[in-house]
Amino acid sequence: MIYFDNVSKSYPDGTVALNGVTLSVKQGEFVSIVGHSGAGKTTLMKLLLGEDHPTTGSVSFDSVNLKKMKKKDMPELRRRIGVIFQDFRLLPNKTAYENVAFAMEVAGKTDEEIASDVPHVLELVDLTKKMWNFPRQLSGGELQRVAIARAIVNHPDLIIADEPTGNLDPINTYEIVQILKKINDMGTTVILTTHNKGVVEALGKRVITMDHGRIIRDDSTGKYAL
Amino acid sequence: MIWTTTKRVIKSGFINFWRNGSVSLSAVFVMIVALFMIASTLLLTAFLGTALKDLQDKIDINIYVDAKASEESILSLKKQIESLPDVKEVTYISRTQALEDFRTRHENDHRIIQALDEIGDNPLPAALTVKAKEPSQYESIANFLSNKSELSEGSNLSIVSKVNYNDNKVAIERLSKIISGVKRLGSIITAIMIGISVLITFNTIRLAIFIARDEINVMRLVGGSNEYIRMPFVVEGVLYGLVAAFLTLILFYPITYWLKNATQVFYGGVDLLHYFVANFVQIFLIIVFSGIALGAVSSYLAVRKYLK
Repeated sequence: MIYFDNVSKSYPDGTVALNGVTLSVKQGEFVSIVGHSGAGKTTLMKLLLGEDHPTTGSVSFDSVNLKKMKKKDMPELRRRIGVIFQDFRLLPNKTAYENVAFAMEVAGKTDEEIASDVPHVLELVDLTKKMWNFPRQLSGGELQRVAIARAIVNHPDLIIADEPTGNLDPINTYEIVQILKKINDMGTTVILTTHNKGVVEALGKRVITMDHGRIIRDDSTGKYAL
Repeated sequence: MIWTTTKRVIKSGFINFWRNGSVSLSAVFVMIVALFMIASTLLLTAFLGTALKDLQDKIDINIYVDAKASEESILSLKKQIESLPDVKEVTYISRTQALEDFRTRHENDHRIIQALDEIGDNPLPAALTVKAKEPSQYESIANFLSNKSELSEGSNLSIVSKVNYNDNKVAIERLSKIISGVKRLGSIITAIMIGISVLITFNTIRLAIFIARDEINVMRLVGGSNEYIRMPFVVEGVLYGLVAAFLTLILFYPITYWLKNATQVFYGGVDLLHYFVANFVQIFLIIVFSGIALGAVSSYLAVRKYLK
């Protein structure tokens, strides 16, 4: 499904973020990517979202080279990928409901679909009671659950979670990971970056370890080894 | 689908306008200033136009006719002058008329009236008052009148005793220079005012959208197409313009009312309030349309930067 072919990325100031990364992720996998800050995890995610392009090598999503994709087709791709960030990135002037509904609106869903799916997804992340609250009225864990609801509402093929638990306490971290696991059990591919040892070990899924822009380990039922 | 999208875009524009209350408020205020500048430039131009026109109407040259000339020859001279291309109108003031006008003009001045009564006879000559289409044309008319040979066959000009153009020459020339200067200055001021208001509006809206740049980025990551992200901002910009336009028009009523008194002291002929009310539809359309266009175009351009 996802294929990184000998990907390198360097920035104009000379920093090398990725150095010859080759990696493939199959449909339905749950992959954790671990590594220190600056190991290249976030760059990997950016390349996958088409926000940036590799200096050499290629990134493919469903056999389509992202670099060759037309600019106007990018929104289409992004609707097939649900993204979750450490800093939540919700729209501050929209309620929880509207934030989730926005993702459906841009995907061109009808008002009826929105009215039936949004409450359902928010129920899935246990936020029915706070549906009409604005982001500033929600706690960190709740914000991240809204972000997850937004990411899954369009039934994406892939969920990218970039340090989703970075700003959360252990209890919320556990909950978020459980939700991600549930999503994966329903068949969606999940890529998670983290440096939380507990999260990775509790999952017991494939772990890729990165350091200085290279993959140094790739264990199918790996442990956090840094 | 287009209908649903349009509906969503408009709705979200309204919601953003309302929820970003403080940003909207400041954008509206700045736009009021901008539209106010445009509107006052319009009114100023109108004011200057009327004032100058009144002033122009006051310029004329008088041709005094020999006391012995017959009414018939005066009227034929009048016809002859009227046939000149630069002449707008010629008025004939007979001797009796001239005397009557003189008496009314000086009715409070007993000494002059007394002197007049003492003379007994009517000392005033008959006159033709000539108005040109443009102030600059007086000179050629005056030249024509002083060139007696040209009219010698009709011999009507022989009855002309005096043309007062040369007395007024300096004043007329100066006035026509002032008039064309003021007109040019007026259009320069209009251009500068409109330029400034466009710039301040654009910058304010750019700041408002700068505040929302992270949101724009999030919308892109969620998969919003450029147009779908941009259009609510444009709707918001249109709303700024509309609200500002209405407030500007409401503000203008008391201001022109107040100015009415001030300008009438300065110059009797122009009533700004009257002008404002009489041309309300036109002013309304100009202000509302400028508001909408300013808001929409500024938003459109400002968002573009974050959609690349």
